[in-house]
Amino acid sequence: MVPLNYYLVLSAILFAIGTAGVFVRRNLITILLSVEIMLNAVNLTFVAFGRALGSADGQIIVFFVMTVAAAEAAVGLAIVIGLFRHRESLNPDSWTALKW
Amino acid sequence: MAPETLTFYAFGAIAVAASLLVIAQRNPIYSVLLLIASFGALSGLYVLLDAPFVAVIQIIVYAGAIMVLFLFVVMLLNAPHEDTDYDERVHPLLRPGPMRLGALLALVLAAELWWALTRSGDSGRFPAGAVASVRAIGQSLFTEYAFPFEVTSILILVAMVGAVLLARREGHG
Repeated sequence: MVPLNYYLVLSAILFAIGTAGVFVRRNLITILLSVEIMLNAVNLTFVAFGRALGSADGQIIVFFVMTVAAAEAAVGLAIVIGLFRHRESLNPDSWTALKW
Repeated sequence: MAPETLTFYAFGAIAVAASLLVIAQRNPIYSVLLLIASFGALSGLYVLLDAPFVAVIQIIVYAGAIMVLFLFVVMLLNAPHEDTDYDERVHPLLRPGPMRLGALLALVLAAELWWALTRSGDSGRFPAGAVASVRAIGQSLFTEYAFPFEVTSILILVAMVGAVLLARREGHG
């Protein structure tokens, strides 16, 4: 069986990729996709630790994380549609009205 | 090398490569499709971790529902590219600012991984018994976690109402 550490390293790499996507990309859709990558990296950690501890709790938390991710995607994409309707752009720098 | 280790490396490589390509694509449609590939590889990893229930809902809920929602919005907005001339000329990942930030983040990650991997004495072997059955998960979900489960339904309801309210055209009452 592949050791736990391997899964944690893979999860860390995926989380770093997601973080880089959020910081680097200037496209609202890609930023939301990067958040999904980060959530999935965390899910992998939960399942791996749950397996290592021999309990079902890790998988149940993954279930809740997926529910929250679905809600986040629905609301986030609705906001993106609203913003795009306001100004024909997906660049987050187009909306700076609340920036101090 | 054991076949299981090979499978782990194959799925891990697919997941990392697809995720990297997700943030490197200019066209969001390709990003969404590559993310589906990444989720498929993660689903295989869940099978390796004796979690078939999570593997199946990863495919059904994530790749099937959430990513289709993303794809639907990308096609609805019909705005494939980042819209400034600068974005067209210089790839988003190759600009000086992101290059420096990315190099810094990569260094931090490498340092953390090195620190974590050199400290732990044992290599983290998994115990023999696994909670793999859907029955055990369902039992736990509807007894111990019954209240969070019900709160989840309210969260979904609120998200649904919020999405409808936010995406509605104004002036329709």
